[in-house]
Amino acid sequence: MTETAEPDFEVIVIGAGIAGCVTAYQLARQGRSVLLIERGEAPGSKNLSGGVLYSRGIEQVFPGFLDEAPVERRITRNYINFLNAESSVAIDYKDRRLADPVNAVTVLRAKLDAWLADKCEEAGAIIMPGVRVDRVLTQDGAAGKRVIGVRAGDDELHSHVVVAADGVNSFIAKEVGLRTNEPLNHLAVGVKAVVRLPRETIEARFNLTGDEGAAIAAVGDCTQGVGGGGFLYTNIDSLSVGIVVRLDDLTAKKKVVTDIFDHFLEHRFIAPYLEGGELLEYGCHLVAEGGLHMIGEVVMDGMVVVGDAAGLTLNTGLTVRGMDLAVGSAVAAAEAIGSALEQKDTSRAGLARYRERLFASYVGQDMKTYAKAPAFLEVERMYKQYGELFADVLFGAFNLDTQPRQHLVRVARKTLARSPLKMRQLIRDGIAGARAL
Amino acid sequence: MKPQSVPERLTKNRFLLDEEQCHIEVNQEIAKATGSGQAIVACCPAHVYTEEPDGTISVEYAACLECGTCLAVAAPGALKWRYPRGGFGIQFREG
Repeated sequence: MTETAEPDFEVIVIGAGIAGCVTAYQLARQGRSVLLIERGEAPGSKNLSGGVLYSRGIEQVFPGFLDEAPVERRITRNYINFLNAESSVAIDYKDRRLADPVNAVTVLRAKLDAWLADKCEEAGAIIMPGVRVDRVLTQDGAAGKRVIGVRAGDDELHSHVVVAADGVNSFIAKEVGLRTNEPLNHLAVGVKAVVRLPRETIEARFNLTGDEGAAIAAVGDCTQGVGGGGFLYTNIDSLSVGIVVRLDDLTAKKKVVTDIFDHFLEHRFIAPYLEGGELLEYGCHLVAEGGLHMIGEVVMDGMVVVGDAAGLTLNTGLTVRGMDLAVGSAVAAAEAIGSALEQKDTSRAGLARYRERLFASYVGQDMKTYAKAPAFLEVERMYKQYGELFADVLFGAFNLDTQPRQHLVRVARKTLARSPLKMRQLIRDGIAGARAL
Repeated sequence: MKPQSVPERLTKNRFLLDEEQCHIEVNQEIAKATGSGQAIVACCPAHVYTEEPDGTISVEYAACLECGTCLAVAAPGALKWRYPRGGFGIQFREG
């Protein structure tokens, strides 16, 4: 209950990414005094994502988002790919329904987040770029530590509530003990290039018209067998291309991450997409992959944690999500902070509504639904044997070598017998996959 | 697209170098004893870390893309890594 009588701001948000901006925007719209602190020289300049934003949630926050915000292409083609050294087996899912209403868009965060911060400013939030928060200010109370503000260099700023939206490394949440260091199987590193290509070339290469976009996801040889995958997304006049690899597997196999990145870009089935392209930017990002297990405490006296900082990312095998979860957590947090300020109780109990809202929303529900996905995606066979098995079965069917043909089931059984995979592994993985995904 | 080395790639990026403060510090003894030295060399997408012939790890902090992967991989005490001071370091124009 102990609140500083007259703080500098009612709410201080650390980090102008999606979670931070949406929280700040919603609270500023409620008429709250909000300070949004960003360590980059301008909002967006430290931010990077693979590039697909599932956009229905953010549209609820910003009606007209798709027409006003700097989004790239509307994804109508999802190409899911087992990418082996010499072969590739894919599901090529195209659907006009994904465009009406639009379900997902590609984004470039330096552009998108700058727009989001402008929206916050329009709504009345104060933006302070080029400032790194060194730590939060705390006060010892009856119920333990309470966050009362932030320290940046020699400056101290006080608020009723601090929002830690400082990204996946969240030094802030770690500092106050809300998060601990994650085991390496819960973390991955993403490496990405943005490659410029003429608009027409992209549309021709990916079979797109207008502002339609494609998202390619690949597993297998493309990551040299390391757990993870490759991606290739179309922007308006550039491609976002890269890899995401799990840190436990990367270090155990003693692979060099940039070798895997080079291997993917030079892969015989990926390189043709990039032909003639010009590198615009090279970046990387740490990715939380622990799913539900990574969400710890998200509320304490005077502080909440949102977005990546709270471990809110989800890899379901087909969809890889983070930005939409950042939006969902921000909406839940802003609502809870708003009512806590109204009740004049920004203690842990007063802010507890955030966690309730979070788990009642699609964010918490989906994290629970896919709670078993991270463990399933650690199955080694996913990254080598399965892709090869599928290609070998198809090769048996298509390779008409003048020998008498056999029924497909027989070909499949023989291929399996030759493969290092066992029937019981196939059944076990099938059942585990059905339960996890 | 032509294959490019990591330093070539990094020339495309915009960096604002903090000439006064380095945000990375390797504890050479712990890095060596725990194998963290080699692990951070291998996991860094920007090739910030190099293993020198004498086994020590040198740091080119100006190239850092600030992902934090090295810190996640390093054994406790082997690495001090924080974000650069406000306004410095990588400034993405695409993201």
